[in-house]
Amino acid sequence: MALIGKIVLFIVGAFVFQVALSGFSRKVIARIQKRRGPVFWQNFYDIGKLFFKKTSISHGFIFDFGVWMAFGGTVATLLFVPVGPYSVFPGQTNFIVIIYLLAIGSLGMAMSAVGSANPFASIGISRALTQMFGYDVPFALTVVIMIYVHRTSQVAKLAAVQSDIGWHLWVMPLSALVAFIALMAMLGKKPFDTPIAPAEIASGPLVEYSGKYLGMLMVQHEFATFVEVGLFVNLFLGGGSTLLIYLVKYIIVYLLTVIISALMARFRVEQTVAFFWKWPLVLVFIQALIIIGIGIR
Amino acid sequence: MDSRTMWEKVKDITRGHSLWMLYYCTGCGAIELPPTMTSRFDMERFGIGPMATPRQADILLVTGYLSTKTLRRVIYTYEQMQSPKWLVGFGSCTLNGGIYHDSYATINQLDQYLPVDLYLAGCMPRPEVIIKGFKQLMEMIKTGEADGWKQYQDNREWYRKNQKKALGDLLYTTR
Repeated sequence: MALIGKIVLFIVGAFVFQVALSGFSRKVIARIQKRRGPVFWQNFYDIGKLFFKKTSISHGFIFDFGVWMAFGGTVATLLFVPVGPYSVFPGQTNFIVIIYLLAIGSLGMAMSAVGSANPFASIGISRALTQMFGYDVPFALTVVIMIYVHRTSQVAKLAAVQSDIGWHLWVMPLSALVAFIALMAMLGKKPFDTPIAPAEIASGPLVEYSGKYLGMLMVQHEFATFVEVGLFVNLFLGGGSTLLIYLVKYIIVYLLTVIISALMARFRVEQTVAFFWKWPLVLVFIQALIIIGIGIR
Repeated sequence: MDSRTMWEKVKDITRGHSLWMLYYCTGCGAIELPPTMTSRFDMERFGIGPMATPRQADILLVTGYLSTKTLRRVIYTYEQMQSPKWLVGFGSCTLNGGIYHDSYATINQLDQYLPVDLYLAGCMPRPEVIIKGFKQLMEMIKTGEADGWKQYQDNREWYRKNQKKALGDLLYTTR
């Protein structure tokens, strides 16, 4: 019973925090563009409105099921990410589990979007999976280095160990840089927003979603953001000894991605993959040689 | 008389704060939209933003004159949108035909064919007018006055008759 209460509190807390923050980030983008921008609770109105739509057109069973799979997979991932000193299942914060479950979200969405039979959705999904192919390799390698050094794959332990040796941001700066670039691609921020590209392929995978489906996918995206930024904070910025410190680090990292994204134009998808396999991959190999050669001191 | 329940009022207020628009840029009215959306007039501060597809949008903007050929596409687009949905007619062309009122190839009054919730008069309406009009539309949505999508469901035969008169049997062909 206490566990269910904890799970509900965790999910609701993550929802309120992340949706408010992404609404605030719209305000930040507006200020960069010399506009005033919407109020920071605007995204609650948007999600509410989508769930209050009267009709929602379905395109068959796969279409419906994929949305639930994406949503469920992402919520399940959320429960394994340590937030500061708290986690829903203490000691069960394995990195492999998180990455594995996070893929269910993308795959569910891929399945569902292809079920809609819209060509734009297929283009968007193929771009999303190609891009995933690009950024996952360098990002996984940064974490493999950490797992090799510390002999554990628990995210909570990897976060805790940084209170002794200093943040991984300072200990392995090249890894941190690579992981940050990969984070921008995971979040679909510019310059890595080829899968969505509203002006080019009409919002890609989301092209056929409406009403409640689109609302669920928006919430799913917010949860995925919470997981991905949370991973970066835990792995490179030492997590947080209290909830407040964790959230401050989280807000700084998230707003940094938003600000950089507001200043960038869009890569094409093959440029994205070529970029990731050229520069970040080389940097992460150099980092690996340094760590293996001279250790973490 | 307001016959809505408390829950319906909450829904309408939420809808009134978030409008995603799809603009059908046939006429010259489309040129007034970029300054309305970007830094000068900043439409996003009211929660209004552009959307890529009819499925995601709440309001359809018909910006300028409609030839009978484009009318068919507008009807398809409107019917693909999910209710509650609203339609805004831009400029005098959608009101009474404007400078094309005697053309054989354009329609004169948009509300004969689709339910229009708001007209913006002018040739073309300036961004100030667009923002004032949208504020008024949002008020109408919050009070539940803007119910064109219900009218369209209730008076389907009448609209269908007019659409057939303008388009002939071409209404449901893809050519």
